[in-house]
Amino acid sequence: MSYTKNNQNIYKSRFFFKQRLGLLTALISIAFLAIIGRFFYLQIFKYDFYKGLSENNRIAVIPNVPNRGLIMDRNGIIMADNYFVYSLEITPSKVTNLNKTIDDLKPIVEFSPGDLKHFRKILKETSSLDSIPIKTDLSEVEAARFAANKLRFDGVEIKSRLLRRYPKGAFASHLIGHINRINEEEKEVIKKLGWQQNYKGTDSIGKLGIEKYYEAKLHGTTGFQEVEINANGNSVRILNSTPSIEGDAITLSIDSNLQEIAENAFNKYRGALVALNPKNGEVLAFVSRPNFDPNQFVGGIDADEWKILNGSLDKPMLNRAINGLYPPGSTIKPFVALAALENDIRKPPFNIKDPGFFTLPNSGHTYKDWKPYGHGVVDIVMAITISCDTFFYGLGIELGIKKLSEFLSHFGFGEATHIDMFGENAGLLPSPEWKQKRYKQPWYLGETVITSIGQGYTLVTPMQLAQAVATIANGGLMIQPRLIQSIKNNQTGKIETFKNKIVRELHFKPENLALVKEGMMNVTQPGGTAASVGAGASYKMAAKTGTAQVVEMKRNQKYDPNRMNERHRDHALFIAYAPAEDPTIAIAIIVENGGHGGSTAGPIARKLIDYHLLKKIALSKEDNRAGSLESEYRD
Amino acid sequence: MLERLFLRLQKNIDSTLMVFISSALVVGLFTLYSASGRNVILVLNQLFYIGLGFILLWITAKIHPKYFQKLALPIYIVGLLLLFGVMFFGQSSHGAKRWLNLGIFKIQPSEIMRIAVPIAMAWYLSKRENNRHAIDYIIASLFFIFPVILIINQPDLGTGLLIAASGFYILFLAGLNWKFIVGGGIGLFSLAPFIWTHLHDYQKNRLLILLDPSQDPLGSGYHTIQSSIAMGSGGLIGKGWLNGTQGQLDFLPERTTDFIFAVFSEEFGLLGNLLLLGLYGLIIGRSLMIASQAKNTFTRLLAANIGLTFFTYIFINIAMVSGVMPVVGVPLPLISFGGTSMTIILISFGILMSVHSHKELVGSS
Repeated sequence: MSYTKNNQNIYKSRFFFKQRLGLLTALISIAFLAIIGRFFYLQIFKYDFYKGLSENNRIAVIPNVPNRGLIMDRNGIIMADNYFVYSLEITPSKVTNLNKTIDDLKPIVEFSPGDLKHFRKILKETSSLDSIPIKTDLSEVEAARFAANKLRFDGVEIKSRLLRRYPKGAFASHLIGHINRINEEEKEVIKKLGWQQNYKGTDSIGKLGIEKYYEAKLHGTTGFQEVEINANGNSVRILNSTPSIEGDAITLSIDSNLQEIAENAFNKYRGALVALNPKNGEVLAFVSRPNFDPNQFVGGIDADEWKILNGSLDKPMLNRAINGLYPPGSTIKPFVALAALENDIRKPPFNIKDPGFFTLPNSGHTYKDWKPYGHGVVDIVMAITISCDTFFYGLGIELGIKKLSEFLSHFGFGEATHIDMFGENAGLLPSPEWKQKRYKQPWYLGETVITSIGQGYTLVTPMQLAQAVATIANGGLMIQPRLIQSIKNNQTGKIETFKNKIVRELHFKPENLALVKEGMMNVTQPGGTAASVGAGASYKMAAKTGTAQVVEMKRNQKYDPNRMNERHRDHALFIAYAPAEDPTIAIAIIVENGGHGGSTAGPIARKLIDYHLLKKIALSKEDNRAGSLESEYRD
Repeated sequence: MLERLFLRLQKNIDSTLMVFISSALVVGLFTLYSASGRNVILVLNQLFYIGLGFILLWITAKIHPKYFQKLALPIYIVGLLLLFGVMFFGQSSHGAKRWLNLGIFKIQPSEIMRIAVPIAMAWYLSKRENNRHAIDYIIASLFFIFPVILIINQPDLGTGLLIAASGFYILFLAGLNWKFIVGGGIGLFSLAPFIWTHLHDYQKNRLLILLDPSQDPLGSGYHTIQSSIAMGSGGLIGKGWLNGTQGQLDFLPERTTDFIFAVFSEEFGLLGNLLLLGLYGLIIGRSLMIASQAKNTFTRLLAANIGLTFFTYIFINIAMVSGVMPVVGVPLPLISFGGTSMTIILISFGILMSVHSHKELVGSS
């Protein structure tokens, strides 16, 4: 109570303020005096001691940079490791005439124009007190020649450096990522995370993919060597030393054989593929084509090379698997069908007689099926199998956009999958609220029509699509995808593994799910849209094809792939899982400008599943259909 | 003509404070040139931010403090929302989320909170000054506790603790009862185990080092040895500009940013140190004088807080460089290289000048 009274008038509050400010001023003065005391101690009392240290024997602490952790695939095949190189380095502040020194070095060491350009670039970015590599892969002859001439070159020395290497080159580059020189922003992050000590002597950092996401694990712990050095800068003796600890080794969930089959299957096409184990979310293959050679980036990429990569129309730096946004096209149909069944509409024996088009009630607007004169009598299972647009147009209208959008959101559309990689796109699942907010326009019924067949505003990433298929394959249990299987700590030898992370459990009526699965299974059977993909297979594959328009067709204009600009052709999509009865692999594939899903994307899925289930490396399209698969059946 | 222009420019600017600040900045640029290994580009970069900071200072000084008061809550709420934004949409770089990408530029909301928190607290406590209850101090505390938790979670322990300190200054100056100060101290102490379990490993390490510096296996040992050698060997008058061997010879880490004082101290010696400290003392003194002359509670609290926070940065930085405190990433105000911290400091001096130049016009209500 007295508390309130004390503060009741302004005069008192002002008095308090001055009193307390006075108190703080006194404290500040004491603090300053203490600092001055410390100055006197260091600069007057201990002056001789420190002067001696500074002039005669200086203590230098040299970091022992740790080996960066290895990255392996699930079979232990190395995807990223390190190797030693001799590099010639110059410390500009110790050199009197930089240009002359470089000219003098030329007869001893062979420089490429790229080496010198690269050196000048780093020179501009770093302090002149740092040692800068001018040639990173010195041959033994060059190293020996320089050693013989060492005395002529003050401020130039040979250092052994550990370089990162990606033995498989461009293979899985978007997944593995790469390292590159630490930039200003990253320096700031390192500082704020309190990593400076550990990054002393480290000049590169993970920039993409696994290399970036698991930077903290892969880097390792820097050791330090305290050495006494004399005035010439040579070390006299080692005072203290802590060894470095190698970074953790990461085992990916990727099967590099499967990955290789997938990458080769894409051939010259652009696109992306994600293959998952639906039971535990492990990513078995992660493809984004075209890719790039991560080795180009190690130690800093050449400006010209970067220009080529970054400026290419093919966008090789775009990680299509998590950042590529595509309309799902007809691959959305199994999910839309399930939405209808779960809402108790379109249950068999319900069927329609498809005339080849759908007329929007009360407007007379017509929407065409992809098949000019229609499919005849179609029920929901058949609608999936033959990808009947007309069936889904009417279904969408009756279900309504709200229910449809809400149902699709359960499958993770419009939401990031939270895979262990930075920068994932969340895609787009449209709804009337979204449209009002984004375009300040109401939702039109016609938009519901096209949303039901995966056209319109909807955008998905291949990763999202793969997760959604995996969820169907897994009976509604949705598991967060992940790229790694285990992390091994090199100091303790402890191996960290991961539990399945369940995103959500979707409870569908078993009979509804069975109908959708039946429709998908028939897709690869005779009469289905991807019959050729399933031909001659010894197992059952459930699938759905899709086609996404790249450019809008004019009315009455006929789509003719042969007469179109290659980049304006439709994107081909394909989702699949197998074996249909008890799936162990779920796949989403997008082939940019690949035309129809069944013809370009489907065969890729077949090759992958053949290998996965039968451990048979599919050689060519013809061999695939030869029917010799059964003899090699091992699972 | 020129004279009139000069007078217009000078209006609202406290020339005394301006002279002190400019002197410190000049000292800073010379030190930076030496510390960076004569890197002109780096110095020009710093000069650019000083220019930008001066423009913002000039604009801020022209704004009447009543607008700060009016905008206190909106700015604070926007800052807080941006902090939440970082949590959900922040750009993560290697596990730390600090930046918010607003399309054209990236912002670091924790820097905004450095100014927004004291303004909001001063606003709240001055609003309640006629009828302040214990609950008001608790509400005012929440103004800094929320953002501090968010910032420490980013994780950015340094900025979080500095904002907490500036929040405490305001509570203290607003007349928080001693019983509460002691009680709060005990409360924080008893909460320690709970807070401890919520810290990141590296943050725990830092706090452990704070309690027992010899625990630090690699870190401050190296920094402290090197900066002590640099300072100690500088002696009474220093080795002379551009002649510091420790600073020039790659021994000193972070020599352009957090450890720039060691370079200064090696080259200008004890006398240089005393002069610089004197200059800082004058800036702090002038700030606190402006605070004590301020006409209402809001401006009083705000102005005093700016001076005290400025002192806190200096004290922590110099104590760290001279080896009496563990290594925490705090720059030396007006001297260290760094655009963001330079602009924020100059803006806060703009607020101080606004308080000073508008004091006659502020009513006592």
